[in-house]
Amino acid sequence: MSAKLKNKGVVPSITVPDGGKWATTARNAAAELLTETGLPHRRDEYWKYTDPTTLTAPEATPAAIFKSDDPLPFSGVDAVKIVFVDGIYDPSQSDALELAGVEIETLADAAQKDIHWAGSVFGVLEGRGQSPVSRPLASYNTAMAEQGFVIRATGKAAKPVSFIYLHESETSDAVIHHTIKLDEGADLTVLENGPAAARINAVMEVEVADNAAFHHVRAQGRDHERRTATHIFARLGAESSFKSFTLTVNGVLTRNDAIIEFTGDNAHATVAGACAGDGAFHHDDTVFITHDAVNCESRQVFKKVLRNGAVGVFQGKILVQPDAQKTDGYQISQGLMLDENSTFQAKPELEIYADDVACSHGSTVGAIDETALFYLTSRGIPHKEAQDMLTLAFLGEAIDEVEDDALADDLRSLLQGWMARRHG
Amino acid sequence: MLEIKNLHVGLEEEDKQILKGVNLTVETGKVHAIMGPNGSGKSTLSYVLSGKDGYEVTDGTAELEGTDILDMEPEERAAAGLFLAFQYPVEIPGVGNMTFLRTAVNAQRKARGEEELSAAEFLKVVREKAKSLKIDADMLKRPVNVGFSGGEKKRNEILQMAMLEPKMCILDETDSGLDVDAMKLVAEGVNALRDAGRSFLVITHYQRLLDHIKPDVVHIMADGKIVKTGGPELALEVENNGYADILAEVA
Ligand SMILES: Nc1ncnc2c1ncn2[C@@H]1O[C@H](COP(=O)(O)OP(=O)(O)O)[C@@H](O)[C@H]1O
Ligand SMILES: [Mg+2]
Repeated sequence: MSAKLKNKGVVPSITVPDGGKWATTARNAAAELLTETGLPHRRDEYWKYTDPTTLTAPEATPAAIFKSDDPLPFSGVDAVKIVFVDGIYDPSQSDALELAGVEIETLADAAQKDIHWAGSVFGVLEGRGQSPVSRPLASYNTAMAEQGFVIRATGKAAKPVSFIYLHESETSDAVIHHTIKLDEGADLTVLENGPAAARINAVMEVEVADNAAFHHVRAQGRDHERRTATHIFARLGAESSFKSFTLTVNGVLTRNDAIIEFTGDNAHATVAGACAGDGAFHHDDTVFITHDAVNCESRQVFKKVLRNGAVGVFQGKILVQPDAQKTDGYQISQGLMLDENSTFQAKPELEIYADDVACSHGSTVGAIDETALFYLTSRGIPHKEAQDMLTLAFLGEAIDEVEDDALADDLRSLLQGWMARRHG
Repeated sequence: MLEIKNLHVGLEEEDKQILKGVNLTVETGKVHAIMGPNGSGKSTLSYVLSGKDGYEVTDGTAELEGTDILDMEPEERAAAGLFLAFQYPVEIPGVGNMTFLRTAVNAQRKARGEEELSAAEFLKVVREKAKSLKIDADMLKRPVNVGFSGGEKKRNEILQMAMLEPKMCILDETDSGLDVDAMKLVAEGVNALRDAGRSFLVITHYQRLLDHIKPDVVHIMADGKIVKTGGPELALEVENNGYADILAEVA
C-alpha cells in the first residue's frame, strides 16, 4: 500500500502508449497510482530541499546547448554505444545491438510482444519502490516512457553497454526508461553520459539475481541549464553486487534517486556520487536502502563541491527490517564549500528494526583546509591550482568507489580537465 | 641573500606581538642557525617569511636578493627561490606525493619562464634524489605525508627541497623527532645541496644537528628578538649551559 503524498499536486492527464499486455498492465498501474498521488510539490516532505516545479511543469524550460570540443566521457572505453538525441534513440549513430552474453532490445520493440521477461521487472521494481514513499515522477515515467532499452545479461558481458545522451534541441523533453536484468552469475557494466535534453526524466530498473554483479557509472553532462530527475530501482539477490557512481558537473537542477532493496543474503550495494557546482546549480541525491536479508552491506558515499551560491542536498535513508541481522550500513555525505554563499543540506536517516546491525552515518560541511593550501602554495603551486588539487582530492574519495580503475582514472582526468579549463 | 630588518609581527586575530624587531642578514652561500627556547618566535619567523596567513607585519622589512617579499603570495616567494622545510609537514589525503612534487617543480619552472620537465625527465630525477634519502617508491606513490612516520615526513621535506633547488632554504626543526641515523640522512641531504649560490637558515633546538650541518653563524632568539650572534661555538655553549646563562647575560 503506497502512502499518498501529503499535498496532492497536479494530476497530469495521461494516455499510456499502446503495447503488449505486460507493458500495458504496468503502465496502467503506474498511471493509476499517479492519479492517486499527483505530482510532487514543494511542500512534500520528500521535496523539502528541492523544488520540483520545473520537473513537473507541462513544458520543459528551454536549456541552451553546451558546446565543447572535449571528447565525451568514456569515449575511450570499448563498449556497445547506444546514442540518444534529445531522448530519442538514434540507431544511425549507435553500434549494432549485439553483445556476447547480453540481449539488448528497445523498449518499444519489447513492449509490442505479449510475453516478455521484462514483464517481471518493468514497472515492478519501480512499483515496489513506491512504498513507503511515493515517487510520482517515476510513476509518470513508467506510464509514459516509450524510449529506453530492455537489457538482459545471461553471463559475463564481453564489454560495457554505453548510453550516450546528446542534447541538440533547446526545448527537448525526454522520458527514458531502461529495464535491466542480470541472470544468476551475470556481470554487466552500464555507462551513461550526456545531458540528454533540456529536461529529462529517467528511470532505470535493475534486477540483480543471485551471484550477479552490476556496475553503473554515469556522467551527467555539462549543460548548465539542463534539468534532470533520475530514479534507479534495484533489487539484489543473494551474494550479488550492485555499484553505481554518478559524476555531476553543472546542470541547473539535478535530482538523483536511488532505491535499493536487498532480498538475498550476503549481497553488497554501493551508491556513490561526486558533484561540482558553480552558481546556478542545485543537486540532490536521495537514497533509500532497504535491508531485508541477512549479512548485506550497503555504502553511500557522496561528495559535493559548491561555490557561488550552488546548492547541494543529500537525503539518505537506511531501513533495516527485523530479520535483516548482520546488516552493515555505511553512509557519508560531505560538502566542500569554496565560499560562504553556497549551501549543503544533509538529512541522514537510520530506521533499524533488527538488533545485530552495524550502521554508521556521517555528514560534514567544511571549507578548503587552509593549512594544506598553504603547504601547496609554499611549494610554488599557484593558489587556484592548489585549490583544484584539494578539491579533486576531496571528490576523489567518492571516485575511489568505482571498482574499475580505468573508469575511475577516466573520471579523475575528466574532472581535472574541466577544472583546469574553468580558469584557463 | 636574505635581509631582515626590524621585523615586528603580531597575530591577525588577537592582539599579540610575537616578533619584536628581528634583524638578520644571511649572506649568499652561508649557513646560519637560529637557536632559542620554545615559544621564542622561530617558527613564526619562518612562516612570516614564507607567507602564511594569520600574521600581521606591523613594522620592518624582509628582502630576498634585494626584493621585498612580504607582499608576495607564498607561491611567488617559492618561485623567487625561498623554501621552508616545515616543523610539522602537512598531510594531504588524496594528493599523491609524486603528483604534488611534479606539479610544484613545474609550477616554479613555469613561473620563472623555464620549460616544464617531461614526465620521464621528472621521474628520472626524482628517483635518483629519493634514493639518496632512502625514500622508496611506495612513499612516492602514497598521498603526501599521509601515514608517514616523523622521520619519513622530514626526509620528504628534504626531497622537496632537493627537487625545487631553492636559493634560500629555511629548515624549521628538521631534526626534531629524528633518531641519529635519520638525522644523518637528513643532514647529508642538506649538505649535498650546499653551494656557493645557496643559503640556509637552520632553526634548531639542539646542537646535535649542527654537528652534521656546520653553520657559519649562530643566532640566539628569545622573546621575538635575536639576542646574541656568534660563531659555531655559541651552539656549543647552549649545549653545555642551556639558554639561561645567555639570556641572563643579555637581559
Ligand atoms: N597562530 C598562533 N596563535 C596563537 N599564538 C601563536 C600563534 N603562532 C605563534 N603563537 C605564539 O607565539 C609564540 C612563538 O611561537 P613559535 O613561533 O611557534 O615559537 P618557536 O618556534 O620558537 O617555538 C608562542 O608563544 C606561541 O604560542
Ligand atoms: Mg617552532
